[in-house]
Amino acid sequence: MQAKVNLKLVDDVIKRWGSDPSFLIPMMQDIQDKYRYLPRPALVRLHEKLNIPLTRIAEVATFYKAFSLKPKGKWCIQVCMGTACHLRGGPRIADSFKRELGIEVNQTTDDMKFTLQTVNCVGACALAPVVKVNDEVHGQVSAEKVKKIIDAYAMRKK
Amino acid sequence: MKINSLADLEKVKAQAKSGLAGVEKTVIVCGGTGCLSYGSAELAKEIEKQIKAKKIRAKVLLKMSGCHGFCERGPIVVIEPEGVYYQRVGRRDKEKAALDIVEQTLVQGQLIDEFLYQDPVSKQKIVDYVKIPFYARQKRIALRNSGKIDPSNIEEYIAADGYTALAKALKMKPEEIIEEIKKSGLRGRGGGGYPTGRKWESTRKAEGKVKYIICNGDEGDPGAFMDRSVMEGDPHTVLEGMIIAAYAISSGKAPASGYIYVRHEYPLAVKNLTKAIEQAREYGLLGKNIMGSGFDFDIRINRGGGAFVCGESSALMRSLEGKVGEPRAKYIHATDKGLWDEPTNLNNVETYACVPEIINKGADWFASIGTKGSKGTKVFSLVGKVNNTGLVEVPMGIPLREIVFDIGGGIRRGKKFKAVQTGGPSGGVIPEKLMDIPVDFDELTRVGSMMGSGGLIVMDENDCMVDVAQYFVRFLEEESCGKCVPCREGLRRLREIFARITSGRGVMEDLILLEELGMAMKLGSLCGLGQTAANPVLSTLKYFREEYEAHIKERRCPAGVCVELIQYSIDAKKCTGCQLCAKNCPTGAATGEKKKPHKIDLKKCIKCGICYDVCKFDAVVRK
Repeated sequence: MQAKVNLKLVDDVIKRWGSDPSFLIPMMQDIQDKYRYLPRPALVRLHEKLNIPLTRIAEVATFYKAFSLKPKGKWCIQVCMGTACHLRGGPRIADSFKRELGIEVNQTTDDMKFTLQTVNCVGACALAPVVKVNDEVHGQVSAEKVKKIIDAYAMRKK
Repeated sequence: MKINSLADLEKVKAQAKSGLAGVEKTVIVCGGTGCLSYGSAELAKEIEKQIKAKKIRAKVLLKMSGCHGFCERGPIVVIEPEGVYYQRVGRRDKEKAALDIVEQTLVQGQLIDEFLYQDPVSKQKIVDYVKIPFYARQKRIALRNSGKIDPSNIEEYIAADGYTALAKALKMKPEEIIEEIKKSGLRGRGGGGYPTGRKWESTRKAEGKVKYIICNGDEGDPGAFMDRSVMEGDPHTVLEGMIIAAYAISSGKAPASGYIYVRHEYPLAVKNLTKAIEQAREYGLLGKNIMGSGFDFDIRINRGGGAFVCGESSALMRSLEGKVGEPRAKYIHATDKGLWDEPTNLNNVETYACVPEIINKGADWFASIGTKGSKGTKVFSLVGKVNNTGLVEVPMGIPLREIVFDIGGGIRRGKKFKAVQTGGPSGGVIPEKLMDIPVDFDELTRVGSMMGSGGLIVMDENDCMVDVAQYFVRFLEEESCGKCVPCREGLRRLREIFARITSGRGVMEDLILLEELGMAMKLGSLCGLGQTAANPVLSTLKYFREEYEAHIKERRCPAGVCVELIQYSIDAKKCTGCQLCAKNCPTGAATGEKKKPHKIDLKKCIKCGICYDVCKFDAVVRK
């Protein structure tokens, strides 16, 4: 699946960072903020405009977990796997999401609504176990709450 | 306005204070990530509405602050000057809670019983912020403003003596500042504990075209979140510490340039720091000719990419250069050749946050707190199976037992304490018999753990030490950058051995292999991640060997955690037939009639543990 990519947006990002190749990572972050993943045509554009080998861009894109080369769902569910969350049942919460959504970790539902990920500590350890949906933090999540969280976001527009 | 002198700073401070004339009550709603997740922003809006409706706007100041530390009790609302502490405010009904606070407490001066904190031990309600045991034993330096000031308003920071240390420092010689920091005994709060003053001195002495001043806000240790709290709740203190460092390191030698590297998982920290930097520039505290001193320095923020290894200094610098975050060997120090091969000083968020207080109150004051080798205070994130979870800042040298049992209020649900894990994936576990050790850099290292960034994860009888070690091995295997063989391959083999042990296929020789591998990784790895990666394994082996042996010899997980070694059943004597387990069981394995003991069909059971979690009568047994 290949989304249409407005290369003007990519050019704007490059311009904002003064076409300086040392700002490759912030540029890629801006592009990802726009598309929720890194579309290939955008990366090719970076390579052409900044004169950075495409292999190096691919290296950066695959090294950092924040980057995704696959389109993500509208709601990105991140189940925290930090130590406190691990002890208070984080892995069981992740399993519940897998069962309820019918997908594995790092997969997206067919309707493109949900992507499921695990993350190594979101820094809200006092509220363990924690689940983050986009930028919203849900604390003290139980297996019972998992379904409620999914339902609430499935209904939401924004 | 631009602040060009100490007199200007005093003027801004006086103005900020006079703006508060007529204010009788200040309502502080916590805006830390924890409280926000409980809806504190909506709560603040509701309170604002009620204040307007009751026409008490002129007498009441409402503000949102940074983190109060006691995140589990959110949303937290504090009412000054009385210091009334309300917790778990409006979790169910924000509108009603806001109305109650405004009508009863602000207008009529009455306390609201349901929002007061109840001591879990004495069962007494406590009104006063400073009398709650969780806060009473703390000493706050790095967190001095968190939960008190509005982080989005520079004037509040200035009113709380902010930037006075900078004004003082700019009148000192750079060497004097470095001497003061050295004398204070401040050591790096990010993990290693390297003396901060010595690092500054080396960076100052190194020759270069430019000096880089970096703040490491890539707080990746699972279980630690103090840096997030400081960046979100008191961003200016980080900036002030960095500007002082920049002046001490670069003034008269070379221009300085600053970076703050923030984890991408911390969007609120990025937002608050960005705003703080803009305000500092506007007031002439960053940029050209800072406070009229002729010294130039500016700071920019870089967001991390979600790689744990980038908390390692040399990997962080590679990441700032736009490359993958792979560490390099340390025979060349970053203080000589760091970012872009120029002299670079990198400190942690909490370290910078201590600097303004040291300059203001003096090195002797700071050095009077703590132990012989570890001065000042340390922020710990007290989490896991403890009653009071959150951030606590205590003097170095306080016994571990006091943190867990007095400040933390003991273990949840009356369970038995087993161990506390410190130092994140580089640290180890500390068992009951060592709980009286004083907490400082050297003592923790001596018992096979380390300070790390200050995560204290409390574990009880239901936690399996083999599983905990396996957790860290998996964590690190995923986060290892793969550059050097001992770390990359060592972690993979460790993981394979753990998979054997936790599934009942382990042999006693595996334990020897674990120790040998751990030692090889310690000696052969390139960076701190690999060198310390085996610590959780080695320390659990040292203190909880019998648990490993139970897994291997008896094919049994004593704590009931390792899935392949346990079975779920229902204790018919305790089961009331409430049907909660049957309702929540995802595979229909738990069944039974109402008010009659239930059963679990082991053929259908996937051992997800939901029945165990939901049962209110402890009737589900796992062993």
